[in-house]
Amino acid sequence: MSDVFDQFQGTASYIASDELRHAVNVAVALARPLLVRGEPGTGKTLLAENLASALHLPLIRWHVKSTTKAKDGLYVYDTVARLHDSRFGDAANVRDIARYIKLGPLGEALAAPSRVVLLIDEIDKADLEFPNDLLHELDVMRFRIDETGREIAAAERPIVVITSNNEKELPDAFLRRCVFHYIQFPSRELMAEIVRVHHPDITDRVLDNALEMFFGLRATPRLRKKPSTSELIDWICALKKAGVDLTRVSGGIPFLGTLLKTEQDVETVSKRAKA
Amino acid sequence: MLIDFLFELRSRKLPVSTHEWMALMEGMALGLHESSLDGFYQLCRTLCVKDIALYDAYDEAFLAYFKDVHVDALRLTEQLAAWLANPRALDGLTEEQRKALQSLDIEKLRQLFEQRLKEQKGRHDGGNRWIGTGGTSPFGTGGKNPNAMRVGGGGGRSAMQVADERRFREYRRDVVLDVRQIDVALRGLRRLGREGAQEELDLDETVDKTCRNAGEIEVVFRPPRRNRVKVLLLMDVGGSMDPHAELMSRMFTAASRTGRFAKFRSYYFHNCVYNSVYEDAQFRKGLPVADLLAGSDRDEKLVMVGDALMHPGELLDPSGASFLYSQNRASGHEWLRRLAAHFRSAAWLNPEPERFWSGTTIEVIASVFAMWPLTLDGLGQAVRYLVRGGERPRVGDPSRWMKAMVS
Repeated sequence: MSDVFDQFQGTASYIASDELRHAVNVAVALARPLLVRGEPGTGKTLLAENLASALHLPLIRWHVKSTTKAKDGLYVYDTVARLHDSRFGDAANVRDIARYIKLGPLGEALAAPSRVVLLIDEIDKADLEFPNDLLHELDVMRFRIDETGREIAAAERPIVVITSNNEKELPDAFLRRCVFHYIQFPSRELMAEIVRVHHPDITDRVLDNALEMFFGLRATPRLRKKPSTSELIDWICALKKAGVDLTRVSGGIPFLGTLLKTEQDVETVSKRAKA
Repeated sequence: MLIDFLFELRSRKLPVSTHEWMALMEGMALGLHESSLDGFYQLCRTLCVKDIALYDAYDEAFLAYFKDVHVDALRLTEQLAAWLANPRALDGLTEEQRKALQSLDIEKLRQLFEQRLKEQKGRHDGGNRWIGTGGTSPFGTGGKNPNAMRVGGGGGRSAMQVADERRFREYRRDVVLDVRQIDVALRGLRRLGREGAQEELDLDETVDKTCRNAGEIEVVFRPPRRNRVKVLLLMDVGGSMDPHAELMSRMFTAASRTGRFAKFRSYYFHNCVYNSVYEDAQFRKGLPVADLLAGSDRDEKLVMVGDALMHPGELLDPSGASFLYSQNRASGHEWLRRLAAHFRSAAWLNPEPERFWSGTTIEVIASVFAMWPLTLDGLGQAVRYLVRGGERPRVGDPSRWMKAMVS
């Protein structure tokens, strides 16, 4: 069993909680897509990258935008180029439709000769129907290019990691097929571990102070956008570069702009600091 | 045996399907639950619960179903028994403690523990009775009782503990709303249509035109899809709405974010709508409702937000406006009816919890406007109603006491 399970243990630069590790391993073992949700900046996208590097598999990314259509992920038939070639280019090649078919990220993942990790990033950015349109392909892991009649089937089911920011409700039929994990905001202990991975030379006292300020800031009521892991790491980086000694700072948090991203939040925090 | 758990989950409105249950069985056949309750808790949650809002209900179901299993498992743990049979640090006890120690034999202690485990509902620190931390009770962790049973603490937590913490309570759907959640819910209102400058290539049309031109390429553009929904938001401020001010400001922030709707306007009213609504929350710039109606298309979506709570006279009496600036001739009820009649789709969102609705003016207003509580669920249903129409929620019948009021 252990060769199927427990393949993913996190990597040197990515600390995963036990729950997350378990969810990833379940998804890998059952060959189902893993749907990861959580606050922005908790490392959803990084998970796929680190999963790929931990399992030594190539990673194919599909960044979903508001205009992305499900079919684009499989393939795109560049009709305009073909039209152009038929008029101005070498007419001999125009008959070969395959020349104008470009595989999308999902298509590439299915056509790959060996197992790959496919990241479908921020799936909720696209239209509401987008996940539904992917159902069949994700189920059977094969598709047909209508224009050429070519059938592409995955040699080995790719590991699919899907991230979502909770912007939209995903359709039930889609959810049923996924393994779901919600990345909780890291606890203080886990956060200390994560910071150490990124800043190995940080001293205990500085780390303690930084975490104190950071979690204090997150606890401020009425923040529009709470600072997250990635912002904490950037902030510590800024502190180090500027040579600020946190243990000696009094009153106010230095480089607040790296932690808070809206004017109102900065105002709220500075008002509370004065009070 | 586990099939009961499936129905336990379903009875708590967790939409677990056969599909997912089969996946769970497959996972257990593969040994993915690592033959432990903790592993099962994780496995079942990742496969069957797909929404953070439902995690809390899952925790509840898990607690309810596996509570006794846990106690049984504890009873069977030989390690625990061996551990209890051989208490450490006996040497340093005072005479008094030694006496106390003898008074509690292991069997009794264990019985007590199970009994407490059943009785105890929450976390407990300090004190001398419950299972907790930092106390002198015989049970718990980090405590001072020399003959105590240590429960949990350090080295990994059990699924029951995790479930018992109910960490996901705040994500429940029927409670709070933040700006983002409202934003997401309002997104359901959008209806896309092609409008504006022609900047997107219309492929089908291009191919068609080009063919008609016998191969001479003619490129056709079309306008991109844009949201065409128009929203009119009327909000009650001041007075009885003060406790809801924070929620209202979140609602407003979310609704007014630029680019969400083709047209978005918002006005304020106090208590009830009379002959005017106001552009500002200080009620200085008024706009007669008649003008508002004249300047509004009938396909705009009217969203009213307010607690709909007032003295019945303020709603039904033709001169009932308690508010100085609006000397009205028609009753508030009448003005609301005019608003509701003008717009094809209108909904009322009420921040007042639903259990307080009956026997108040809320029932009267809910018979004019389709009304939902201002929770994530309510908002979602209101949006669905505004877009697709459908049944209005049933609220109690106000006619009985209304008649008594008028006569």
